[in-house]
Amino acid sequence: MRKTGAQIVIDALIQEEVEVVFGYPGGVVIPIFDVLYDTKELKFVLTRHEQAAAHAADGYSRASGKVGVCLVTSGPGATNIMTGLATAYLDSIPMVAITGQVASSLLGTDAFQEADIVGISRPITKHNFLVKSIQELPVLMKQAFHIARTGRPGPVLIDIPVDISRAVLDGYQYPETVSIRSYKPNLHGHPRQIQRAAEAIAAAKKPLLFTGGGIIHAGAHKELLEFAQKTNMPVTTTLMGLGGFPGEHPLFLGMPGMHGAKAANYAIQECDLMVSIGARFDDRVTGFVAKFAPNASIIHMDVDPAAISKIIKVDIPVVGDAKNILIELNKVVKERAADSWNEKVMKWKGDRLFHYTDSQDVIKPQAVIEAVFRETSGNAIICTEVGQHQMWTAQYFKFNRPRQLLTSGGLGTMGFGMPAAMGAALSNPGVPVVDIAGDGSIQMNIQELATLSINRIPVKICILNNSYLGMVRQWQELFHNRRYSSTCLRGGYVCKDCTGTECKRKYIPDFVALAQSYGVAAFRAEKVADVQQVIRDALAVDGPALMEFVVTPEENVFPMVPAGKPLDEILEG
Amino acid sequence: MSVHTISILVENHSGALSRISGLFSSRGYNITSLTVAETDDPTVSRMTIVVDGEEEILEQIVKQLNRLIDVIKVIDFEAEPLIEREMVLLRVDSSNANRHEIVELGSIFSARIVGVAPSSMTLEMTGTKSSINDFITMLKPYGIKEIVRSGTIAIAQSRK
Repeated sequence: MRKTGAQIVIDALIQEEVEVVFGYPGGVVIPIFDVLYDTKELKFVLTRHEQAAAHAADGYSRASGKVGVCLVTSGPGATNIMTGLATAYLDSIPMVAITGQVASSLLGTDAFQEADIVGISRPITKHNFLVKSIQELPVLMKQAFHIARTGRPGPVLIDIPVDISRAVLDGYQYPETVSIRSYKPNLHGHPRQIQRAAEAIAAAKKPLLFTGGGIIHAGAHKELLEFAQKTNMPVTTTLMGLGGFPGEHPLFLGMPGMHGAKAANYAIQECDLMVSIGARFDDRVTGFVAKFAPNASIIHMDVDPAAISKIIKVDIPVVGDAKNILIELNKVVKERAADSWNEKVMKWKGDRLFHYTDSQDVIKPQAVIEAVFRETSGNAIICTEVGQHQMWTAQYFKFNRPRQLLTSGGLGTMGFGMPAAMGAALSNPGVPVVDIAGDGSIQMNIQELATLSINRIPVKICILNNSYLGMVRQWQELFHNRRYSSTCLRGGYVCKDCTGTECKRKYIPDFVALAQSYGVAAFRAEKVADVQQVIRDALAVDGPALMEFVVTPEENVFPMVPAGKPLDEILEG
Repeated sequence: MSVHTISILVENHSGALSRISGLFSSRGYNITSLTVAETDDPTVSRMTIVVDGEEEILEQIVKQLNRLIDVIKVIDFEAEPLIEREMVLLRVDSSNANRHEIVELGSIFSARIVGVAPSSMTLEMTGTKSSINDFITMLKPYGIKEIVRSGTIAIAQSRK
């Protein structure tokens, strides 16, 4: 078959069963967009900023498990997706980013809209390619998808000079198979190591299960549930692992770490065996590493050998896919009855994992999140931005299934949630999708209200407006003597005479009017009594809607383990 | 801190070197020496990297090297006996009066004379890093004009 490079790119996407591509056109990708003009097999969504295209592809991937795809132009188009690539890279999200590049003959000459994109993206992608000839284009497209979705998943970037998009290849055929001699992920855990793990579990007095995003990537949630129930081990999951184990299960202890549940942190500090599956011991989880799980032997199961003993010295490593390992482990592990260790842990847990003092006078952000849970029957896919609202969401929304929480855990990217929610909504038609946002984060990609509105993507945005960059303000309150340097979004500078709640400055923007100007239905709650109705009104809209909750400004996220402290040194509100 | 010699077989692609060196530079580690050349298979290059750093971090870097898509094989010579060689080219001041002395010194170190000029001589020597250091020390009193060292290459003493 005779095809141009641009036609090959689009055909490859169709062969890889890509349904939606997010992106933004520009000079050197015009040939590819020209092919898209006649393509019926996939939907293209024009975002209003390239960063949002990358996050939307990421959100599409997180919510569906498929490879998300974005397509942008060279230079500034490509540099604008770098935050999106780094976000996906740190959370191991399979994505393929296609960037246009200046013509091969102009590479390295500071041509118009030229940037060394493979150079810039190298440390924040799993792999990347600069296409040098049209002959290699089909196989590189195939390799890009293969690398993105296998092993420890991650984003792959493919940079295509415009002359290659325009060139013609005779005898084109999309490769059916792919083989890369230097890339053979180890997916099956070594039977001897699995046996050793089973023996260690049988011998443990105080075992604890600690799982992460790897459970979700591997689709191992059913096997995990079986394993936990068979061994009666209490379970704590990282932020990325939420939903990998049912949030309402009696064995569930919530997430651990800086803003984790007391039960989870105490269990980590006291357990004598930690069985970690698909978690990477991020510093927000471990606190002071030398005092993390001081009494425990560590079993670490991970598909990435480089994750083993990276932070914590591991006693029994098992390299492989979490699902494969758990299937084998479930065959050999001995049943364990709940015992005094379970009792002790359940006492820490009490009747609920997290506590806050509700109010009838002011809207508490935690109460809004609990209301969103109730009003969606706990069924919604939840996206978040980054900051206090993100932690409250992780604490107070009970995620009972995998791929239900989409959050930037590793990079902590503000502005992630709304575009990610677009991707989630397009990959899960009929499922309610809510972006829980702070008033700071939502403004980082607010232009995507246009994309939501024009494409009638039914995302419900829930802004918890405390008029602060709340998480930084919280640190300033706790550790910097309330010196609110550049964290108030009313002032925008430092008001030396700030009294906080009595501020009479007008909040800018008016989110409701702003949303309406984009053609997005919008509702505001300023009183506790209005919260439920606002959520119901927004959910009832056929299409996107925005809710603004004017919440109490100086609410803090508790419990809190200050950075660099051991997990049992917990601050409470 | 410890010195590691790491040998890497890697796809002979543009970008592979930068990917590999990036793993060291992102930790703030400086590479002591680095040599790259094609192997008998022209699609594969071999890199020999000598680096000084914390034991645990170097172990971690070796794992991350293995994870790179372009990397075919990594051998960290830490645990096995190896033969290491480095080559040096150096130009030293010389005159009729001391040329003979320098030739004699060179022969002790099995160096070769690769160039002679009225006021200087150029010598080539291959050996271990420490024998090269010794050679340089011995030649210093004559006045060294320029030293070019190749960086270390290494091979295992026996195939495992």
